[in-house]
Amino acid sequence: MSTDHVILEMRSITKEFPGVKALSDVSITVNRGEIHAICGENGAGKSTLMKVLSGVYPSGTYTGDIIYQGQNVHFKDIRSSEEAGIVIIHQELALIPELSITENIFLGNEPTKWGAIDWITAKKTALELLARVGLRDDPDTLIKNIGVGKQQLVEIAKALNKSVKVLILDEPTAALNESDSMHLLDLIRGLKGRGISSIMISHKLNEIEQVADSITIIRDGKTIETLNVVADGVNEDRIIRGMVGRSLESRFPDRTPHIGEVFFEVRDWTVQHPQVAERMVVKGSSLNVRKGEIVGIAGLMGAGRTELAMSIFGRSYGNFLSGHLYKDGKEIVLKSVADAIDHGLAYVSEDRKALGLNLLDDIKRSVVSAKLSKISAGQVVNDSKEFGIAEQYRKSLRIKTPSVNAGVSKLSGGNQQKVVLAKWMFTDPDLLILDEPTRGIDVGAKYEIYGIIQQLAEQGKGVILISSELPELLGLADRIYTVFEGAITDCIPAESADPETLMKSMTSARKKVQSI
Amino acid sequence: MSEDTSTRRGALGDLKKIFGSGSSNLRQFGILFSLIAIILLFQYLTDGLTLSSGNLINLVSQYSYILILAIGMVMVIIAGHIDLSVGSVAAFVGIVVATAMRDWNFPWPLAILLGLFVGMLIGAWQGAWVAYVGVPAFIVTLAGMLIFRGGNQVIGNANTVPVPDGFTIIGSGYLPEVGPNTGYNNLTLLLGLIIVVAVVYSEWRARRVQKIMGSTPAPLWVSIVKVALLCAVIVYASVLFAGGRVGTSFPVSGIILGVLVLFYAFVTRNTIFGRHVYAVGGNKLAAELSGVKSRRVNFLVMMNMSILSALAGMIFVARSVASGPQDGLSWELDAIAAVFIGGAAVSGGIGTVVGSIIGGLVMAVLNNGLQLLGVGSDWVQIIKGMVLLVAVGVDVWNKSQGRPSIIGLLTQKKKTAEFPAEPPLVVPDKGTPESARPQATRPN
Repeated sequence: MSTDHVILEMRSITKEFPGVKALSDVSITVNRGEIHAICGENGAGKSTLMKVLSGVYPSGTYTGDIIYQGQNVHFKDIRSSEEAGIVIIHQELALIPELSITENIFLGNEPTKWGAIDWITAKKTALELLARVGLRDDPDTLIKNIGVGKQQLVEIAKALNKSVKVLILDEPTAALNESDSMHLLDLIRGLKGRGISSIMISHKLNEIEQVADSITIIRDGKTIETLNVVADGVNEDRIIRGMVGRSLESRFPDRTPHIGEVFFEVRDWTVQHPQVAERMVVKGSSLNVRKGEIVGIAGLMGAGRTELAMSIFGRSYGNFLSGHLYKDGKEIVLKSVADAIDHGLAYVSEDRKALGLNLLDDIKRSVVSAKLSKISAGQVVNDSKEFGIAEQYRKSLRIKTPSVNAGVSKLSGGNQQKVVLAKWMFTDPDLLILDEPTRGIDVGAKYEIYGIIQQLAEQGKGVILISSELPELLGLADRIYTVFEGAITDCIPAESADPETLMKSMTSARKKVQSI
Repeated sequence: MSEDTSTRRGALGDLKKIFGSGSSNLRQFGILFSLIAIILLFQYLTDGLTLSSGNLINLVSQYSYILILAIGMVMVIIAGHIDLSVGSVAAFVGIVVATAMRDWNFPWPLAILLGLFVGMLIGAWQGAWVAYVGVPAFIVTLAGMLIFRGGNQVIGNANTVPVPDGFTIIGSGYLPEVGPNTGYNNLTLLLGLIIVVAVVYSEWRARRVQKIMGSTPAPLWVSIVKVALLCAVIVYASVLFAGGRVGTSFPVSGIILGVLVLFYAFVTRNTIFGRHVYAVGGNKLAAELSGVKSRRVNFLVMMNMSILSALAGMIFVARSVASGPQDGLSWELDAIAAVFIGGAAVSGGIGTVVGSIIGGLVMAVLNNGLQLLGVGSDWVQIIKGMVLLVAVGVDVWNKSQGRPSIIGLLTQKKKTAEFPAEPPLVVPDKGTPESARPQATRPN
């Protein structure tokens, strides 16, 4: 290949956040008119790389070079990269629901005549652009009145209006149904025919296999390899091997599981999206948990893991449609979080700051906040009991703070997470659902939290562990369920699980297996 | 943390503990300091008129109803709402009660119960819109402000309705004269004595609890100085209140206020419901995921506000011996101002009953002092507006600097490294898709 074919090259990109190296020495080369996929696990650095490219992280905040159309470019913001013809379409669409299609396409880029917006030109151009993306809706339609699939097309039309040369699509089909996805992929192929390159981030490996010309695999912020789909004969298995190919070391405390009988069961659990009625976020899922068992749930982002967990926890997410919960052989109905707590459930949220803690509170108040009745006489909270309990957890979980009177906002991520764990341990639950319990936590604190999780199982409690990090699941769980598009696709005992098989079940609805 | 700071700053740190050791108490320290400064300033400017018996008694009976509103308002604001309807609700309840006594011959104690009941119904109405329909409290109570102001004029035909003598005791009554003639009002002196005993006891108990909890209490001299100071103030105040013009003493409305402050300070600090109010205001989603029924909390907070508005309205009517169409105009603004001067946050989750009362007293003393100086109401408004702005501005600025209060500015020079926290793992920007978040590096 001669260099004429290359439109974009990112060389040795390194991007650091305080304390964390998100990208280290990542390189990628994109040819003119090709579809280039970037694959990697959650947190591998794909989106960070695209933010570097599109100027979200301006030139100077990273090291390395971006060579675009033969020139070394320094984008200082999104606007400058867009002017050069690099347009990013984010996973969460950046359209304004209350404005029309035309208004959205030209937002920030309005054609003017004598200082006023020239709506006639705008509408004419909009119609042409919509024809190019195969959308036949009236350009005056408000964005909120068209579906997600069509909104995605409007985004592309908007990009075309900016005479795009490199189109970046971050999980373009994540929110789309089958036929919308097909249409979108066809469109991307069509753009390729017109010489527009696309960089596509996707978890859906079958789609990548279908449309991509080459694939760059990123793992832990490093480029692992670049594959040519045709020449290297790439298939899904090959991609998965690249994505997860890392050795597992003993970074988990030792544990001999003592597993009892099944005490908690979810059957045929189906939940609707809170806003979009036709979207099922959880589809007919069934799972069970034994006493003293750590049950892992593996799934990619948006697969419905959190939705499943929160809807079980007192219907705190979505609209409950159907399904049954059984605990200790009896059916239980949990209509509110309070019900769930009373029945011995606990849920540690993946979003510690938004959902787990009141950051205005101090440690001692946070620890007791989920079960105040336990330290109260009638309505009156007993301060000294509260202090004593908080002190107890401070010591046993080794929360690093001079005093439990300190505000939780002053703690580090790991210690905040320990406070959240203490808060739920205080409710004395039988089943703990831990949603990404080690996200954003440094290695040392992770190890300690693994130890706490294992102790809880040792006490005979059931633990459901949701994690994006496969090594974490493989290291801790006794049994792993895989989730794909809201449905449970597999249940694998930890002994026979490995990253490849898990990733396979996480990326396709291939098997329909009942729980073991 | 307080142990930490006190050892470093020595006596000054201990001195601060005189006003309590919690961080919220530290915030109140600044505003309490301002209150004392304002009182002393006016005492000087008015040649001692400010702290005279007559003026103090007048001050309490003139502002007690605003302070009662501030108690309810701080809870509303902690929960993350606002109530604009309090003045109108007070006026509406006032006219209902006055009419009930005049036209339907309600005996006055029954009329008070009727007033509280009407307040509860109004509160339930507004609370239901806020909590269960989900209309922002700003809108619901803006509507309520119009509805109940109009309601007052419909019922009273836009006229004033007088109230009977018995009723006026809650607004313009004083502790009666009993016992031997000492030249002072004996009951007021007794009240002061009871408070002194209560202060000593609560300090002793607080120290004991601290010991049980294993934390080192402040040095004994701090407690002694604190109690001595407080007792001196209480004794001085009760002598002033007891030594007024014959027939006057500590106002009944002041006693009602005192009881309410004690009760609500206890509710907000020491009860499950109080905790839930802070939790809902601090982080509604986290509170709900901890099993807090946030809608019920919001409903009760709004209802409570209207009940207190009803009480404030009746006290005002009793004080002015009639209910009129202009009662309670712009009370909501005074109450809201008191709460924010008292250290509450607009975004909710922060604030205390005692702080709001101190904030209300700052406004009251300011108003009263300026009136004594003969400043016109035009300038009084301008000055009050500036005080509100500056007080909250200083608070916001301090918070953005990580400092707790005005006094913090003077004393916290060596503020760096409150405690050796591990460097927090920075998540670059919230709202990025999870795959973009750098996770802690994993060993391979």
